[in-house]
Amino acid sequence: MTTATASVFGVRWTKKHLLGLEELSADEILLILDQAAEFKRLAAAGETKLAALKGTVVANLFFEPSTRTRTSFSLAAKRLSADTVDFTASSSSLSKGETFYDTAQNIEAMGVDQVVVRHSTSGAPHLLSKLLKASVLNAGDGTHEHPTQGLLDIFTIREHRQKIAGLTVALVGDILHSRVARSNIWGLKKLGARVIVCGPSTLIPAHVERLGVEVSNNLDEILGQCDCINLLRIQFERQRSAFFPSIREYAHFFGMNGDRIRRAKSDVLILAPGPINRGVEITPEVADGSHSVILDQVTNGLVIRMACLHLLHNRRQEESP
Amino acid sequence: MSTTLIRGGRIVDPSQNIDRVGNLFLRNDRIEGIDTGAAVADHVIDAAGMIVCPGLIDLHVSLREPGDEKDETIESGTAAALAGGMTSVACMPDTSPVVDNRAAAEFVQLQCARAGHCNVFPLGAVTKNHDGQELAEIGQLVEGGAVAFTDAKNPVANAEIMRRALEYTRMFGRPIFNHPLVPELAAKGIMHEGYYSMQLGLRGIPAGAEVIMVARDIALAEMTGGHIHLMTLSTAGAVEQIRRAKAKGLRVTSEVTPHHLALTDASLSNYETNFKVDPPLRSKEHIDALIEGLRDGTIDVISSDHQPFAEEKKQNELDSAPAGVVGLETLLPICIKTLIETGHLTWSKLIAKLTVNPATILGIQKGTLKSGHDADVTIIDPTTSWRIDPAKFKSKGRNTPFAGWEVKGRAHTVIVTGRVRHRV
Repeated sequence: MTTATASVFGVRWTKKHLLGLEELSADEILLILDQAAEFKRLAAAGETKLAALKGTVVANLFFEPSTRTRTSFSLAAKRLSADTVDFTASSSSLSKGETFYDTAQNIEAMGVDQVVVRHSTSGAPHLLSKLLKASVLNAGDGTHEHPTQGLLDIFTIREHRQKIAGLTVALVGDILHSRVARSNIWGLKKLGARVIVCGPSTLIPAHVERLGVEVSNNLDEILGQCDCINLLRIQFERQRSAFFPSIREYAHFFGMNGDRIRRAKSDVLILAPGPINRGVEITPEVADGSHSVILDQVTNGLVIRMACLHLLHNRRQEESP
Repeated sequence: MSTTLIRGGRIVDPSQNIDRVGNLFLRNDRIEGIDTGAAVADHVIDAAGMIVCPGLIDLHVSLREPGDEKDETIESGTAAALAGGMTSVACMPDTSPVVDNRAAAEFVQLQCARAGHCNVFPLGAVTKNHDGQELAEIGQLVEGGAVAFTDAKNPVANAEIMRRALEYTRMFGRPIFNHPLVPELAAKGIMHEGYYSMQLGLRGIPAGAEVIMVARDIALAEMTGGHIHLMTLSTAGAVEQIRRAKAKGLRVTSEVTPHHLALTDASLSNYETNFKVDPPLRSKEHIDALIEGLRDGTIDVISSDHQPFAEEKKQNELDSAPAGVVGLETLLPICIKTLIETGHLTWSKLIAKLTVNPATILGIQKGTLKSGHDADVTIIDPTTSWRIDPAKFKSKGRNTPFAGWEVKGRAHTVIVTGRVRHRV
């Protein structure tokens, strides 16, 4: 295992922002994973409060509702001794007509070092990164990327399998609207996995194969090949937009149930970014069963976010005199 | 009495098939003739090395007044038009209030006269409040000076309304301009649906949304005998449909903008709102088809689709920023870069799409250097290099996708009804 100032193959973290996994190299991804592993080891040894970010401010800017990711980032920052401010759309002036730009400038004026941003518009963190001196961490932008979710999924797989290269990972469900899918695809491909995206043809975007993934519309056909299956959340409002006829029909073809688990590889890992719809993309017996690593994902999310905050902070330290 | 001699320029007037070096004579507010005129003129403009052509006409411009004067006024918009080489613009009715009545059309012309820059021809709304429900008072609008009818960026979605509009305007000899896009297929879309929309996670607008509406409008033009003008084409499928309609002799015309020729959907990769336009920037194969459409005459006109927005509106996340870019002051150099320097069009073909063709569609006595016509003349310096700097725009809108581009060529001198209104 590496130390707190981790580097693999002499790789140093040089990025000011974490906007997506698309822009990271395999080595940079491994650097984050190793740093997270180090934090996990420290926590297991009882070192739950570290001084790394003492005296800095991390702002959580959530323009879209989120409980899990916001809590996870907030706790990660606190574990590293940063001060945190939470800013959610409902409590903000956004509803009063303030522009995104004004909001950003106001946050900046409070002397924030790192901004964690969640927004319903793809690219909003990219816009923010151009406007702010602070580092920007993308906590999910529209249907584009959710890099820390991708990282924690990959971390969880690596933790169980000690590797990523050569594994076959299926992403099942709504690929079209999924930022989790895009981040997983970039990260997994860079680390050498085989990735299959599987879902109804209305929810698989054209051209996705150009990202190096295989496409399937038949879960039962690919089931036996998968080392890991990541079940993306189905949003009920999609049904109203005629992407599929009914929740029941979706569950019939793409839901992970006990029968499918028995036909899958005996050591298959079941992931889900959550919050899960029990009985839709996953049945309770699978969610709570022995193949499920869903709660590991939540635990690992914390150390992944600590690692990201830490690496971006170190980069800022090197920059300032 | 005042006479002007524009001496020694390359005179390009597609309306008369003229492309040769010569002298152009103006008398008062009229064209006197080419190589025939007073031996001694009051004013002499040396045009050696320049292109002398009919004043450029832009038939697709939003001037925002009345209602959105923060974005643009008729004064600032027409000043921008002059700087871009235009002597006439046709302005969209999507103001607030909408130009769906005679008084509004007359107000636009009054403000234009007060500004004293270039000619403005108002376009009237097809439907009341341009919301696609009931026909506007089209006849009264014609009497108030409206030269064509459009609901601007609102496609006339109801086929029955479009049918009646085409039939009704036929009686006045005026065209309908439609924004060809099926609203349900384009709803909430940000960009072209393709590889980049998938990768960037931005909602796509499929090419088919345009092709379907173009096909419908062509069928309605055939059914009614009306004149449909399809605005700002962006797809290969639309070009193909219009090519076939023209071969059948239908009254169908079309236009394209410089930004749809110069930029692809890959430009959105930086999530900059100045690349969000309606219709969206498409991929290379669509651009190639648009250029072929310009070459073979399927596309008649190049327009700016000038859409000025105050900075605070564009400085927003992509979902809430409005679609559109300014274009009056960059149309000419971007056309030179994408069409002349690449050899796709001759100067004569390009100028036809900026003069006689839009004049014919609008039914106005402009776009020609024939003697006796209004002395609207643009003198183009085709070679001088310059850098596009939005801070120097006359337009209030700085929302250009071309900031920082090194370009060649610009309007050197612009004459409107015999008077020099703009000079570099």
